[in-house]
Amino acid sequence: MKTQVLYKIFILIALFILSVAVLIGVPFIGMTAISINGIFSKTTGSFIFWNIRLPRVLIAFLAGSALAASGAAFQAMFRNPLATPFTLGVAQGAALGASLYLWLGLRFDTFGFSGISFFGFLGAAAAILIVYGLTRLKKGFAIYTILLAGVVVSFFFSSLILFIQYVSDFTQSLYIMRWLMGGLETVGYRSVLDIAPFVLAGNVIIILFANELNLLVIGEDIAVSRGVDLRRTKIVLFLSVSMMVGVVVSVCGPIGFVGLIVPHICRLVIGHDHRYLVPAVIFFGGIFLTFCDMLSRTLIAPAEMPVGIITALLGAPFFIWLLFRK
Amino acid sequence: MNVIEAKKLSFNIYGKDILREVSFAVDRGEFISIIGPNGAGKSTLVKCLLRIFIGGGGAILIKGKPLESYNQRELAKIISYVPQTGELIPPFTVYEFVLMGRYPYLSPLSSPKKDDHEAVTEALMLTGTDEFAGRELSTLSGGERQKVFIAAALAQGSEIMLLDEPTTFLDPKHQYDILKILRKVNEYGVTIIAVTHDINHAVSFSRRILGIKEGKMVFDGVPEGIMKNETLYELYERSFTFIVHPKTGMPLILPDAE
Repeated sequence: MKTQVLYKIFILIALFILSVAVLIGVPFIGMTAISINGIFSKTTGSFIFWNIRLPRVLIAFLAGSALAASGAAFQAMFRNPLATPFTLGVAQGAALGASLYLWLGLRFDTFGFSGISFFGFLGAAAAILIVYGLTRLKKGFAIYTILLAGVVVSFFFSSLILFIQYVSDFTQSLYIMRWLMGGLETVGYRSVLDIAPFVLAGNVIIILFANELNLLVIGEDIAVSRGVDLRRTKIVLFLSVSMMVGVVVSVCGPIGFVGLIVPHICRLVIGHDHRYLVPAVIFFGGIFLTFCDMLSRTLIAPAEMPVGIITALLGAPFFIWLLFRK
Repeated sequence: MNVIEAKKLSFNIYGKDILREVSFAVDRGEFISIIGPNGAGKSTLVKCLLRIFIGGGGAILIKGKPLESYNQRELAKIISYVPQTGELIPPFTVYEFVLMGRYPYLSPLSSPKKDDHEAVTEALMLTGTDEFAGRELSTLSGGERQKVFIAAALAQGSEIMLLDEPTTFLDPKHQYDILKILRKVNEYGVTIIAVTHDINHAVSFSRRILGIKEGKMVFDGVPEGIMKNETLYELYERSFTFIVHPKTGMPLILPDAE
């Protein structure tokens, strides 16, 4: 038993070191070669490093960790391996909000949010409210009801997004379409600062609920009988996940697959105990998306692929390999 | 002293009455079996006591105080639960799973203390599951797993244990293992309330039986009282034969074949 715990701690330390290495190392990789000395001199290379690549890597890491941790939380809460912010309609809600913002051609900031983040958050919150409201109509808040409601809401919102695209003019439509494919390009630290507080807060909350998530995996009845305040746990986790996802999706687009496969991969390596699993998922989600984004901007350079394509293309075979390895 | 008192407890799901004005009181240290046909409301009754189901009519008092006045953690320190397990296989090792029974005593991020580990070890010893403490629950047989579920409830350190069909799906040896464990737990002073379909187990192991049918309490008394055809007919709508076990001298209740 001692060795199992040591093994898990070793994995977490390894993931942490790898995270730091990725955050420092990946900004050096790209079309323009940059040397270590180059980043401290006044050159184009140093500008690219500090203002384009580093913020982009930070966003990728934050977004990856947020989407993956949300997936892990939802999978435990719904005791369903397919539960993610996407299957529950939260991401589509955020996407709808952001699409609406783009379609209306708005440009504004509120409360220190960028306008698109604010709309994304509103959309995610709307999705949660609808899903939650639908389940409140029926007694008992059953897990399957929520999952089903989430699927329905996500289809509904996806259709609304298509509708917005249809009525948009050509440029707007293309813009929305490109945004929907997911992308992490950014200049400067504005977007990083936009999402960082939400991602950090959300991840910390999910870590704090690790014991509750463990019990929820076993079953709601058991969790309640062990002393879990189910209502409070669900509301807090639901709200923090939707805030996190809403803000991330509004900045990066709905990047799929990270929330699904990262928790599963981590579970295969570190087990189901959320006290270790959640931190592992946060690190590995960040590493995974950063790596995918690096590929998306280097594989067909100078052109770029939407990162959502890479996460799926890379993630699916890797996941299948892991699944059949045992 | 009453540890549990239910006063005219009612509960409905989607307008269908599952419990109708059920009243009873449980003394400290009792060993009670709840019997009754499928769909009688036995599991619902247990879930109301655990506050898994909320919003019923009537009142439930736990140690003299209303159920609502406890928060979930406080309640968990008083009542533990062994659910109908069947296909429920948590993805943890035995030790990890039993340690989760200590949840009401843990704060977020704090790691389990010495007394948590002691409670777990004691629960494992008492249920005879210490020998496979390091194994995954998925590698155990149904009977072994059921013992682990009881160990997890024991580790919770509560004075009342509610069990929902703890012996269903088990072979005769494991059924008796479980019942003997429950008897031992009861001797340690834990109040046991178990839902069961096995009338013979109820008669030979518990000291009091509650019979529920269509949400109503139709019998509340000592085992001897249930061994009457009119009582059992009222519960199950069929007749039974009562004989004495030739070897053990224990009463046996056999349903009459058509």
